Amino acid sequence: MRRIISVLMENAPGALSRVVGLFSQRGYNIESLTVAPTEDETLSRLTLTTIGNEHKIEQITKHLNKLIDVVKLVDLTEGAHIERELMLIKVKASGAQRAEIKRCVDIFRGQIVDVTSSVYTVQITGASGKLDAFVDAVGEGTILEVARTGVSGIARGEKVLSL
Amino acid sequence: MIIRALQDEGVDYVFGYPGGAALHIYDAIFRNPAVKHILVRHEQAATHAADGYARATGKVGVVLVTSGPGATNAVTGIATAYMDSIPMVVISGQVPTDKIGEDAFQETDMVGVSRPIVKHSFLIKDPREIPETIKKAFYIAATGRPGPVVVDVPKNVTTPGEKFEYQYPGKMKLRSYTPPGRGHSGQIKKAAQLLLAAKRPMIYAGGGVIQGEGSRQLTELAQLLNFPVTNTLMGLGCYPGTDRQFLGMLGMHGTFEANTAMHHSDVILAVGARFDDRVTNTPSKFCPGAKIIHIDIDPASISKTVQADIPIVGAVDLVLGDMLEVLKQSDQSPDSAALAEWWKQIDDWRDRHGLYTRPRYRTDSGQIMPQEVINTLYEVTGGEAIVSSDVGQHQMFAAQYYLFDKPRRWINSGGLGTMGFGLPAAMGVQFALRDAVSVCVTGEGSIQMCIQELSTCTQYHLPIKIICLNNQSLGMVKQWQDLQYDGRYSESLYEESLPDFVKLMEAFGHVGIRVTRRDQLREKMQECFSEQNRKRAVFMDIYVDPAEHVYPMLVAPNGSMRDMWLSRTERT
Repeated sequence: MRRIISVLMENAPGALSRVVGLFSQRGYNIESLTVAPTEDETLSRLTLTTIGNEHKIEQITKHLNKLIDVVKLVDLTEGAHIERELMLIKVKASGAQRAEIKRCVDIFRGQIVDVTSSVYTVQITGASGKLDAFVDAVGEGTILEVARTGVSGIARGEKVLSL
Repeated sequence: MIIRALQDEGVDYVFGYPGGAALHIYDAIFRNPAVKHILVRHEQAATHAADGYARATGKVGVVLVTSGPGATNAVTGIATAYMDSIPMVVISGQVPTDKIGEDAFQETDMVGVSRPIVKHSFLIKDPREIPETIKKAFYIAATGRPGPVVVDVPKNVTTPGEKFEYQYPGKMKLRSYTPPGRGHSGQIKKAAQLLLAAKRPMIYAGGGVIQGEGSRQLTELAQLLNFPVTNTLMGLGCYPGTDRQFLGMLGMHGTFEANTAMHHSDVILAVGARFDDRVTNTPSKFCPGAKIIHIDIDPASISKTVQADIPIVGAVDLVLGDMLEVLKQSDQSPDSAALAEWWKQIDDWRDRHGLYTRPRYRTDSGQIMPQEVINTLYEVTGGEAIVSSDVGQHQMFAAQYYLFDKPRRWINSGGLGTMGFGLPAAMGVQFALRDAVSVCVTGEGSIQMCIQELSTCTQYHLPIKIICLNNQSLGMVKQWQDLQYDGRYSESLYEESLPDFVKLMEAFGHVGIRVTRRDQLREKMQECFSEQNRKRAVFMDIYVDPAEHVYPMLVAPNGSMRDMWLSRTERT
């Protein structure tokens, strides 16, 4: 099962390598990972998506919690949550293709952020599934390059992850 | 500043080896006699000695090494301490901050190299961070589930000219780290209920009971309930080894009675143990009828390989103390009829194949049997020695036959299985407890992995007694080659290459005693521990039967805990 785990950790050198090292050391998968400072400059927020059964996820969260640099964490998939990922995707766009791609971008509520005579650069935001769907929709043949940020997420409602 | 911080932390010994990047720190050691430095002969030995010191006392072991090779040589010892949850602080010199990342002379990314084998690590970037970082390192190493902490110190951070206001922090609190304290009272009550209802209970106690200072509470609980107790390799001594309720060690080379009783039990109280693969054999076949209560300070150890029915996270001494209170106040008592039946069954197992009801090794051979050596050692030392061990057959024989009545008397590398651990660990023990009898049980293979430390023993007059079970081969490797590779002894024989250990000892200024005949064993052992050798290091080079195997041995793969080889030909 796919899980989104959000981690608040000390904004300290080496903290990220401890998290990444833990995953490779214990044979856990990382599907995606994003990390950036928060409004409190001493803290970073790291969001990772991973796949595993109940037992494995329990071990992952326990081991993450054991890291001294990890202050708090939450498995967002345990409750209602919002999940977003941003994708920049460069696609071939010439001739009749241009209108076709433009329509597709509109349907996915994306934006064309850069244009040349033969290429569109498109920005799409949404849950990972939506981004996958866009990639499928434009078709492999037209895609030149894909850059995805990885998933970021936050719980719905009053629930907050803070100190 | 570093040495001053160590002094303020109450450190009496530092085990180390100097080098370029650590020279400022070494100069401070020269000028501050409050912290005694022990010069070893190899950095690996510094870590093992600090480890032995920590295991014998419960205090944090301290290591000081230089950058590059100094740091990497310490890695094996850090990993050893990590696997066995031993509190240790390793201070490593580093190249100056402006040289980091330039492949400077003797530069290694120590924080990176050690990352998977430390509880935490620090790189000090500013001298003003020194007192707080040292305090944090000791706090993290010693609390919760203990472990090694590395503090990497670039040379320019310790420049003597650099002056600033020094203040050592009193108390430490970290927002991201709170060691567990008391257990959940509801869970403890549930566990007590389950224990009182048990018909075939087992207490399975590990190294956590020793580390967590819970031996007294564990012993009281077991005796209150009249439950049988087994210990892991790491837990030996946390329950009195000579007590009637003790069934011996469990696991790979555990006793028949302990392993069989585990398999047939209905309730297991696991305390400070981690269901290691050397214990459980095949996890899916582990104790099929048992409900499991698991007490551990590390939540990640619970339900890792074997699912716990009642998990309790907390410090063992507090949890067991609370559990004792609940049991004492309960109006129920244990099912004495069922327990009587269970003990009858256990005594029958003991009688059939138990290690302590009669000798389970050949006593009619002209050769010296390794088990007999340990028995003789036990008798001559009155069971009072602190025994450090290396890794291999001799380790298992010592674990099986030297009965430890108190915690912190059995010092061995259980998790990592580090050959070369024994001698430096015995040195650490001797520094910690100057008047204790510090024994190193070893083999002619393991001892050669840190044999240079004989020189350290000379320098500091350490009267360590080294009991070498010499079978002229890597015994445990050979045993597996006998059992699984049709006796093809690939690279496990020394042939004629062994040194004359007696002469070697004399070269270092110690005493060497060779024993080749069975009828000399006791007399020579007494000579080793005699008054005239009380202040000398003695090496007993004892030629034992090279063909002997360690039994019982769990049948693997796909065996359960009751599936054991009892000898070369006999299986349960």
